[in-house]
Amino acid sequence: MIDPRTSIINERLARIRRIIAVTSGKGGVGKSMISTALALSLAKEGCRVGLFDIDFTGPSTHIILGIPKTVQPKEEKGIVPANFEGLEFMSLVYFVSGKATPLRGADVSNALIELLAVTQWGELDFLIIDMPPGIGDPVLDLVRLIKRIEFLVVTTPSMLAFEVVRKQVELLLELKMPMVGVVENMKRDNSETIKEESAKLGLRYLGAVSYDGAVEDSIGNPKKLLEVMGASLDEIKKAAVFPKGSSK
Amino acid sequence: MHEWALAEAILASAQQIATHEHLTEISEVTIRVGELQQIEPPILRFALKQMATPPIKGAKFHILKAKSNLKCRVCATTWQYNSKKLDKSTAEAIHFVPEVAHTYVKCPKCGSPDFEIVSGRGVWLEGLKGVQYK
Ligand SMILES: Nc1ncnc2c1ncn2[C@@H]1O[C@H](COP(=O)(O)OP(=O)(O)OP(=O)(O)O)[C@@H](O)[C@H]1O
Ligand SMILES: [Mg+2]
Ligand SMILES: [Zn+2]
Repeated sequence: MIDPRTSIINERLARIRRIIAVTSGKGGVGKSMISTALALSLAKEGCRVGLFDIDFTGPSTHIILGIPKTVQPKEEKGIVPANFEGLEFMSLVYFVSGKATPLRGADVSNALIELLAVTQWGELDFLIIDMPPGIGDPVLDLVRLIKRIEFLVVTTPSMLAFEVVRKQVELLLELKMPMVGVVENMKRDNSETIKEESAKLGLRYLGAVSYDGAVEDSIGNPKKLLEVMGASLDEIKKAAVFPKGSSK
Repeated sequence: MHEWALAEAILASAQQIATHEHLTEISEVTIRVGELQQIEPPILRFALKQMATPPIKGAKFHILKAKSNLKCRVCATTWQYNSKKLDKSTAEAIHFVPEVAHTYVKCPKCGSPDFEIVSGRGVWLEGLKGVQYK
């Protein structure tokens, strides 16, 4: 017996140039903030960008975007993502009417397969995926289901975060996954430790985002978020997605 | 899952099998759909017929259902999912992503959302009948 849902997934993603999962073994390091800001900033440059929130038990990107209730995905031979601030946006929040979704591992995998099989992303330059913390099911599922997945890893300057990230990176490298690089978030000083440690792992250090109280105030306000994170994002984008000095 | 998206997925799988098994013509396709998916067989059949291309074009589609049995992980009560008890938008959300049942459905005995979907979830291509290329 064959599950037809998995046969269609790569077809659904066929017209997307790059699929980047924003991940971290550690929670609370800023994956949702950075994935949302990165997606917004790529869209602002004129790229066609999708943002896919797969943190099913703790979805956050819709709050960071401040996406109004009136903006919804459309039903059309599947589901066409919601369009907001130039982004194609998809999240499980559209199916749970603001309530909690208590899911175990197998349910998380099934929900992911279902959304991947049903969502009509169309033609995109980038699909940015905001992942839940950890190196369990969601990471393994993306590796298993999406052929062209690449990982962008977020850490904070804390060794507590980096040690978890290190293990995750080693796992992903062992699985021969393409790695975009490391973003150091909530940086407060000029320490070079994360940069050096990233290099030791053979990863590109994409850049840092400073700790800034204004980040919290920009939740729900995409324009402000781009203002606050703009300079760091430019650096990250240059290293991560437009390498070799190309402007786009 | 949406009927049209599902039809496309079924046809893609059938196509893969046909290629793999060197089938030049497929006469019958048997599909089993879990009750939790809340698929409307007439819509699914229509979508399949509309989108089918050779060698699946002209195939007869059998759509079978699997009853949905749920089992509470806390008190071990088992029960059957009944979409008629849910309002329209809830039933529709479960239709698109059956896992969100955990948001809306609770154990009838103890009220827990921690239940196992023992059966009636998912879609399977159960069988294909066709002519093999020699
Ligand atoms: N550069 C920063 N400066 C200040 N605060 C920040 C910064 N980046 C993120 N934050 C804050 O840190 C908190 C966690 O951020 P976020 O939710 O993006 O992390 P996460 O890694 O997605 O968490 P989770 O693991 O739960 O998904 C948020 O309250 C956010 O406002
Ligand atoms: Mg998050
Ligand atoms: Zn119970």
